[in-house]
This record gives sequence, structure tokens and C-alpha cells, in this order.
Amino acid sequence: MTKTTMSRRGVLKTGAIAGAGLALPTYLSAASHAGFTNAPQGDTVTLGFNVPQSGPYADEGADELRAYELAVEHLNGEGDGGMLNTFSSKALEGNGILGKKVEYVTGDTQTKSDAARASAKSMIEKDGAVMITGGSSSGVAIAVQGLCQEAGVIFMAGLTHSNDTTGKDKKANGFRHFFNGYMSGAALAPVLESQYGSDRKAYHLTADYTWGWTQQESIAAATEALGWETVNNVLTPLAQTDFSSYIAPVLNSGADVLVLNHYGGNMVNSLTNAVQFGLREKMIDGKQFEIVVPLFSRLMARGAGENIKGILGSTNWHWSLQDEGSKAFVQSFGTKYGFPPSQAAHTCYVQTLLYADAVARAGSFNPCAVVEALEGFEFDGLGNGPTLYRAEDHQCFKDVLVVRGKENPTSEFDLLEVVEVTPRAQVEYAPDHPMFAGGTLGECNPGA
Amino acid sequence: MFGLTKKDLSLLGIVAILTMAAPFILNPFPTESAMAQFNAGYPDLMQKFVIFGIFAIGFNILFGLTGYLSFGHAAFLGVGSYSCVWMFKLLGYNVLPGIALSIVVSGLFALLIGVITLRRSGIYFSILTLAFAQMSFALAYSVLSNPKFNLTNGETGLQVYADDPQWFHSANLPDLPHLFGLSMRATHRMTLGGWEFQFNAGYYMCAIIMLVCFYLAIRIFRSPFGLMLRAVKSNQQRMNYTGLNSRPYTLAAFVISGMYAGLAGGLLSAVDPLAGAERMQWTASGEVVLMTILGGAGTLIGPVLGAGLIKYFENIFSKINESVLHSWFGFLPDGLEDFVITIVYPFVGKGWHLTLGLIFMLVVIFLPGGLIEGGQRIGRLFRGKKASKAGKSATTEPAE
Repeated sequence: MTKTTMSRRGVLKTGAIAGAGLALPTYLSAASHAGFTNAPQGDTVTLGFNVPQSGPYADEGADELRAYELAVEHLNGEGDGGMLNTFSSKALEGNGILGKKVEYVTGDTQTKSDAARASAKSMIEKDGAVMITGGSSSGVAIAVQGLCQEAGVIFMAGLTHSNDTTGKDKKANGFRHFFNGYMSGAALAPVLESQYGSDRKAYHLTADYTWGWTQQESIAAATEALGWETVNNVLTPLAQTDFSSYIAPVLNSGADVLVLNHYGGNMVNSLTNAVQFGLREKMIDGKQFEIVVPLFSRLMARGAGENIKGILGSTNWHWSLQDEGSKAFVQSFGTKYGFPPSQAAHTCYVQTLLYADAVARAGSFNPCAVVEALEGFEFDGLGNGPTLYRAEDHQCFKDVLVVRGKENPTSEFDLLEVVEVTPRAQVEYAPDHPMFAGGTLGECNPGA
Repeated sequence: MFGLTKKDLSLLGIVAILTMAAPFILNPFPTESAMAQFNAGYPDLMQKFVIFGIFAIGFNILFGLTGYLSFGHAAFLGVGSYSCVWMFKLLGYNVLPGIALSIVVSGLFALLIGVITLRRSGIYFSILTLAFAQMSFALAYSVLSNPKFNLTNGETGLQVYADDPQWFHSANLPDLPHLFGLSMRATHRMTLGGWEFQFNAGYYMCAIIMLVCFYLAIRIFRSPFGLMLRAVKSNQQRMNYTGLNSRPYTLAAFVISGMYAGLAGGLLSAVDPLAGAERMQWTASGEVVLMTILGGAGTLIGPVLGAGLIKYFENIFSKINESVLHSWFGFLPDGLEDFVITIVYPFVGKGWHLTLGLIFMLVVIFLPGGLIEGGQRIGRLFRGKKASKAGKSATTEPAE
């Protein structure tokens, strides 16, 4: 070690440098521009599409990105206009948003909270995005929603189904069009009762993260209200690919229904394992053994192949719906890409339109003006019937579809049939429902 | 000055100038130009540069000096992040307690893991550290995040809620991490012609801390302690035969390097108050190994360069999508344009890992000493041409 000697002059010098260093931040903190974060300059406005392009939900992410590109096309007046023609609000004129041409940047969330936030931050700080949308996992959606609240931009959630997104993690700058775990439970329960009776014993396998927990809680509460008994609930790691060791105990538990609170690749694997173990042929106490998958999507149905046939679940939207909005959307998506859109694509497309429309009605890109325009907004013509953006928690309320894996699919896209359209009144809940309690929206934050 | 040799002092000076002027250096292209895509001078990425620089400097103290390859350093990063966010939740948004706690906790954690894993060396040590890190990841991801005892908030990541205690928080303080009232997010934008430069408070705080860390690393490298660590690397058995117990030295290096990682984790939370479990995953541990090797293991500045390169790729290349490519190659005839895009597309956007992998292979095969060796070779090339101009290269020699 070298010997350190301190001279009076040295100490003074160091002190002066340190002082200058400490004074620097006060100069930095000077607010640079008034109004709100990333106020669009010139004749364009930039939106940020933050979707998983790698990882377990990459399929959903790719479809979401297609939908976003389509939405931008329609907003800019290109293509056939899609749902703009059927949307009940007519504020959008096909000349961009408030006359500004829509441009976009994309990013990869990797289905990781950290990566998603980094990607969203670069959109906000570097590209000047005034709104962030996307995501295909509740963990990511909650993380990015928190970031957008802090940074002062609007977040339009993509595919996120956890109760927490608009429950204990809700934020004033965040909005969700997709339905949630509670709604799945409320919509499925009556169908389950009519199909399988009210004297059943259910065994739950649950993905071990926020979505899995809230989904399981919701469906268990809904089925127990029918008189079902919940035999057991086993948490499985998200990264699990082989579920055979989880399936074997089901056979000896005396349960006659298996509820798979899994999504994406997890669900494909657990369902395949369950079918391989012959669960569906079993008779327990004279009752046919049944499997239920609370959250269904066409992309998952394709992954599970034959095994999906006859299995009940719920979904936000399906391309075979025959209302004008759905038909227009399927038409323009199909023309551009050659196949029908998934529910993830639908919700992302709709969210982009809803944001643009809110800006147009508010006459400003200011997040607080947009929040005001979206809160309590009633609309129709976007594929789900009359819909309300509830002001208390920024959750959309609309009909929920109960679907079943089709026995005789006519094409590789025709995998689900709609069993029942559960009316909105049946899936509504109070904003302070125990499953959603604990969070506060806070104030809208326009940022700098 | 500062107990450094002239050469080390000039190296420290160069690093200081580079970090302080980073907002200018990293934004070489005007905002409206097509090349603006490659600008890296925005707060989030600059913060990542210096924070992962700290992480890599710390890792290099262990790996570069002793040769002990830890595959579990991300565990300390994660522990640091969680500690910092917990301080935010309990005390309030001032970053100092959080950063202090993250160093302490990760140091203790490193001590615990070090005592166990350092009983073995070589591949066994690597596997043991990997096992511990994966264990910590699993704990953070699900075991410690069940609704009854929620320490880490699982997949969503630990964050601050409005109903957290925050004992020292008051209404006049920003609702974001701050240093005595100065928000980490505070950014001064300066427009000069077509250029826009962003000076961010959080970045400058991290940059100053990195300079301190860098200075400490130089002192460790040049100290008798550092020499002992190098001796461990060159032949530990011979050291043991001379009757010297090398374990305390390796353990000290392990703990110091764990504290560096913890500090980096704490800073990550300080600039963005959310700690995710994936920070502890083995891929994150592998990333710091890549950074160090890519830059040049055992050199002072190498790991910082490696960290910068990897973060640059992750954040800039991954954002080049198809429409950006079309705008670049739009001048080509249609058929040729599509052809060129088909070739380039797999290497950008979500394919950035592929480009990074290729670069890593090239560096390891042709420049075993990392980017530093590349710099030295270029330097030598120039000197060769200018004949006997024995200029002093600012870069340090690799340890081996």
C-alpha cells in the first residue's frame, strides 16, 4: 500500500471538487418543458408497442404486433378501415390522431419484468412515445403499468388476465380492455353447473405466479358457490414442462374434475399429460371425469391439438363471432395476413383504437385528458357488444365467451366453438370486491 | 495523486471524462436523422452502462484476479435490488439507505455462500455457485412470494405500493427514488441544432459511484492483496505448499465482488424502483461472465467496455424491426430490397442474441484478451506505421 499524506491544500481541493459535484444536480433538476411527457412535436405522434418477441409467449406477441400494425394502418386512413367503420364513436377520421400521422416503435419484453421495463423506458426516453401498449403476461403488464404511471404516459394493457392488473396493482394511467380471472370464474360457473352438475370435487393445478393465484382464487370461489368441493390446489412452477408427477396424485385424490389454471405452453403440456394418463376416460363414483381450462385461446388450442376437444374454458373474443365489428376486423386482418386474428390480437387492436379515439375526443394528447375521456366511456361495435370502461378501476366490462374445444374442426383455425355468451351483468363486480381490494388508482400523472 | 501511478491516474481520468461526457459521446447523430436509431444517449441505457459496469468490475476482481469463475453472481445483484426496494417500502424513497443496505446484505450473503463454495475450486466451484444462484432464484420467484409471506412479490417483481409504511416520506418529496429531494428521473434536455442531449440525475449519481468503484478496483489490483489474488490464479497449490492459507484471500475477494454486485443491484432499483426475480436467473449470471470475457478478463477497463457492448446490443439492436429495415433499404429496387432484408432481418430485432453470439465467438477466437487486446493491436499497428513513436497507450496490460 502506498502511504497517503493529507495536505491542507489537498483537502481544500478535494472539498471544492466534491462541492461542485453536489451542486451539479440542483442545476439538473430544472424542469425543462411544461405540459406533459413527450408532447408530440411536428406532424407525427409515436406510439410504443411493447410485446414479447421471444420466450414462452412469443406466438401471442407476434400476433399482437400484426394487430398493432393493422391498427396504425387504419388510423392513418390506409386499408379498409376495419373496426373504425363499426365503432360507435366517430371521432376518428382516418387522418391519424388529431391530424398527426401515427408512427410506432416496437420492443421485446422477453416476458420478463426487467426487460419489459427497459424496453418501455427506451421508448419513452429515446423515441418519445406518448403511449405504451402491449404485453402478454400479467407480471409484465403490472410492471410496465407502474413505470408508465411514474413516467407520465398512458399504458393500454394488452393480454393480461390477472385480477391484480386492475385490482391491487391498478394505476390511474393504466387501462385494461381484456377480461380477468374473476370474470372467467363468473362466466364459467353456470355453464359448469349445467354441464357437470353441482356435486363435484375439483382438483386445481395452478401456475405459480400472480395470474395463476388470482385465477385459481376466482374459479374456486365461483365453483364453491355452486356446491363444488375444492379437494386440493397444487402450485406448479412456471418453467415446468412435464406435469406427469403432478397428474398422478389427481387419480388418487377422489376428485372428479381437474381445473388447469395454466396458460400458453404450460397449459398445452399439462393438458397433454392429463389426457395421456387417461383422465378423461375415468369414471369416479359414476361420474365422468372432466377437465376445465379457465382461460382459453386459439393459439393454445392449436398447440394442444386433439386433446382440446370437448374441454370448456372462457375467452375474451373469438373470430367466429358474427357481429359487425368482429366481421370487419377478421375481414381486414385476414386480407392482410391470410389467417384469422387471435384474442390477443383483438384486444391490442381495440386498445389502440380506444386510445386514439380518447385523444380525438379530448382534443389533446395530455395523459390526464385521455384518462378523463376514457373513464366511464361507453362504446359499441368493437366485437364485444356494448362495453363500459369503468372509472373506478379502469377495467372494461363486457360480455364473456364460454367456449369448448370443437369435436370436428373444419380448418386449423376453427378449433373452438362458442357455448354461451355470458351477459355483462353476470360478470360485474363491485370495485371494492375482496379479490380486487388493496390498491388505489392514485392521481393521473402527466409527467414533466 | 490518490495513491495511483501516473498511468493509472490517466486511465482513471479518461474513464471520468468518458462517463461525464457520455450524454454527448453516446448521441453522435442528430435526432431527426435516420442514424438516430443508433443513439444510446438516453437516461435508461446510460444508467445501465455504468451500473452493469460496476457489476462487471466487481466480477472481475474475483474472476480476473483469482481465476475463480462464479456462475452465480446474479444472486447478489438480485439480493441487492430487493434490499433497496425494501428500504423504499419501509423508510421512503431516499436512495442512500437502500444502497447502503444492498451492499451490506449482499456482502453477508456472499460471505455465507463463499464460506461454503470456496471449499472447492475450478469447475466444482462454478457449479456450486450456479446451484446457489438458481436456488435463490427459485426462492425469489415462488417460495418467498406466497400470499402469506411475500418477501419478493414473485414474477411481478417487488415494487412500492401507496399503502406501504414509508416512515420518512413527506409530501414535499418526489414520489420516486430521490437523493435528498433530487428525483433520479430528473432530466435536463439540451437542444443544440439538430442534436438533443439528456443529462439525467440518476445517471450522474451512478456514474460518480462507478468512478469510486473503479478507483477502488485499481487500488485493489495494485495492492499486495491483489498480488496475492494473482498468485492464487497462477498456482494455488504451490501457494498452499509454502504453508500459506489462501482461503481468507479468496473469500475476501468473493465478498468484495459480491458487494460490488449488490451495489449494482441496489443502483438498478434506485433508478427504477422495481426488483424482478429474473435478475437472479442463471442467464443474468452468464451475462456478466460474457461481459468480462468480451471486454478482457483481468484488465481494469475491459469489463466496463464489455458491459457497455452487451447492453448496447440488447437495447439498440433489439429495437430494429422490419419497418425500420424497409426505411433503410428503401432506395434499392424492390426485389433486391426484400432480398437484403431477408438476409439482415435474422440478425436484428429479436435476433440480436445471434449477432452478439457471433461477435462473442469472433472475440474469443481471434482476440482471447477481449476488446482490450483488439485496442492494443490497433494501437500497435499505428505505432508500427509511425515508426518508433513509443507513445504511451492508455490501456492497461492484461493480467496474464
